[in-house]
Amino acid sequence: MSLTQNSAERPDTASQREDTTAVLSVRNLRVEFPNRHGTLVALDDISFDIAPGEILGVVGESGAGKSMTGNAVIQLLEPPGHIAAGEVRLSGERIDNLSEEDFVPLRGRRIGMIFQDPLTSLNPLFSIGDQLVETIRAHLPLNEKKARAKALDLLREVGIPAPETRLDSYPHQFSGGMRQRVVIALALAAEPELIIADEPTTALDVSVQAQILALLKKVCAERGAAVMLVTHDMGVIAETANRVAVMYAGRLIEIGPVDDVIQRPQHPYTEGLMASIPGLGARRERLYQIEGAMPRLAAIPSGCAFNPRCPHAADRCRQERPSLLATSQGQAACWLHDPVNPVARRPLQETSS
Amino acid sequence: MLAFFIQRLMQAAFVMLVVALIAFSLFHYVGDPVLNMLGQEATDADRAALRTQLGLDQTILVQFWQFMVSAVQFEFGISYRSARPVSELILERLPATLELAIVSAIFAVVMGIVLGIYTAIQRGNWLSRFIMTASLIGVSLPTFLIGILLIYLFAVELGWLPAFGRGQVVELTSWWDTGLLTTSGLRSIILPAITLGLFQLTLIMRLVRAEMLEVLRTDYIKFARARGLSRRVVNLRHALKNTMVPVITIIGLQLGTIIAFAIITETVFQWPGVGALFITAVRFVDIPVMAAYLMMIALVFVVINLVVDLLYYAVDPRLRVQGGGK
Ligand SMILES: Nc1ncnc2c1ncn2[C@@H]1O[C@H](COP(=O)(O)OP(=O)(O)O)[C@@H](O)[C@H]1O
Ligand code: SF4
Ligand SMILES: [Mg+2]
Repeated sequence: MSLTQNSAERPDTASQREDTTAVLSVRNLRVEFPNRHGTLVALDDISFDIAPGEILGVVGESGAGKSMTGNAVIQLLEPPGHIAAGEVRLSGERIDNLSEEDFVPLRGRRIGMIFQDPLTSLNPLFSIGDQLVETIRAHLPLNEKKARAKALDLLREVGIPAPETRLDSYPHQFSGGMRQRVVIALALAAEPELIIADEPTTALDVSVQAQILALLKKVCAERGAAVMLVTHDMGVIAETANRVAVMYAGRLIEIGPVDDVIQRPQHPYTEGLMASIPGLGARRERLYQIEGAMPRLAAIPSGCAFNPRCPHAADRCRQERPSLLATSQGQAACWLHDPVNPVARRPLQETSS
Repeated sequence: MLAFFIQRLMQAAFVMLVVALIAFSLFHYVGDPVLNMLGQEATDADRAALRTQLGLDQTILVQFWQFMVSAVQFEFGISYRSARPVSELILERLPATLELAIVSAIFAVVMGIVLGIYTAIQRGNWLSRFIMTASLIGVSLPTFLIGILLIYLFAVELGWLPAFGRGQVVELTSWWDTGLLTTSGLRSIILPAITLGLFQLTLIMRLVRAEMLEVLRTDYIKFARARGLSRRVVNLRHALKNTMVPVITIIGLQLGTIIAFAIITETVFQWPGVGALFITAVRFVDIPVMAAYLMMIALVFVVINLVVDLLYYAVDPRLRVQGGGK
């Protein structure tokens, strides 16, 4: 693009800054599961960055590959799944090619992970004090006593009342929300620069959800950590995230600032996704309902994976796969945004209902 | 905690009562003890006298009560065959059986757990596959056949280990002669202990492996790894403890069956234990010995069960809270 003559005059957009300072930088990530019948491509050509202090929301329907992306970054893919191509960089350092042995010190120390279900994330047979102390001591050179003191600080920080009295309690003695706070304390114990939160509030009721998200936001703002927040709850994204990435069938199909993606989605799938959410879609004109279902990994159509369900699908969409193309504020993997020869938008047909 | 313990004790007492009833009825429904003891030539008067002496003229309830009172004191009367007190016969042979059972239990539990963990963690390598296949053979071969095969290989063909007996024993206490302190005793116990423990070993190993694989798939293990704990800590601290919760119960029950199965092994290896004593007693319808053996086996099971319950309780904090209130 030749719009600006002098690069120094260009505004310092997020995408340019990220190239050098992004905490997490994923490039062309591909995850495969070889099996008897062939190879399942679970993630295909995923690229995104997260800057320090930034929360990237990752959305998409169940099975889109959100958890898979997080697991690939922290290298906890279930065998035989493995990274088949692409790069993952943590603060500029390549980490996707590290051996398991070399990766262990990164987990918890530089990448913290929070899973969906606080009820099952903690080992029921160990007191939370034990689990905190062992985690702290795995990363920091502290003796038992100092580690316990640090554990108390952490519990206080995540808002567990009277932590001195709770340190020797077992997970089943805590409520779901309190357990998720403990999980967050564990994930944050060594102050990781990247936090991957995989549906951290899905299992909790709404009021607790809000508290946990506020907590996550607070810690991330105070510590300048980058957060990858996986969820299928657009409300959570709207409240919490700075930018949002939309996934579909193992691909990243749209990414951009959160307000833009929610208010002015650029990919037809995202349009449908937003329209289907009452609180968000109601404000805009009624769009269409997406027909059909997301394809199984073994049966992803050629070209654009969304083409069988897309109202605008053209021949080109069935043959050529669109990569992420620039839109006004973000990027979308859709030929509607081809700068040279865009596919034409078809006018929406009125649905009878 | 105390309530839990008392409840388990009452259950144990109830089980023992039922077994005592069965043992007691052996006397009445399997042959007539008086006929057995006096033989064909005795007169009616002799029989009546003996009946009174044995208390057999009392009502059934009184007799059962007397049986219980003496059973609690480990008195089971006089052996019909050898005319010696049953308790003496059993005590004399108990050390041999206990030593065999304990050695093979340790062998089975230690090897079972170690191999179970190994085959779960190293799933898919050739050694685990070999161990798994071999364990299938171990489960499907009957004990006596394993014993005979071992004798054939290590005693007859290779001549490395003795084929029968307990070797030399030394006196540990007045009633405990041990074979574990002499070389010949140690050499003698190897084959019978393996024979007796092999089935339990394979069972424990397969159970540990299955449980461990199950546990390794759980969220808390994944989270433990995500927290940055090393493989070693995850496998041997977290996964193992959770694996052991269900495994403890089964292992406990299996240890009970080791004592019971000792009958076969003792016969194959001519091991001078209570199992062999029981086989002889059955052959001669020696009811007091049979009754005492039955009670003893039941006691072993009940005690092991009790210990298992308490262990379970110690390992799993979730039980502690329910049982202890608050
Ligand atoms: N162990 C596995 N083997 C093969 N396919 C898997 C495995 N785990 C997940 N998948 C597939 O990968 C895709 C992405 O899953 P996931 O990342 O869990 O989705 P979500 O976006 O709901 O978190 C799904 O289609 C799922 O079926
Ligand atoms: S590339 Fe074509 S089929 Fe895919 S979303 Fe865009 S218009 Fe629809
Ligand atoms: Mg998921």
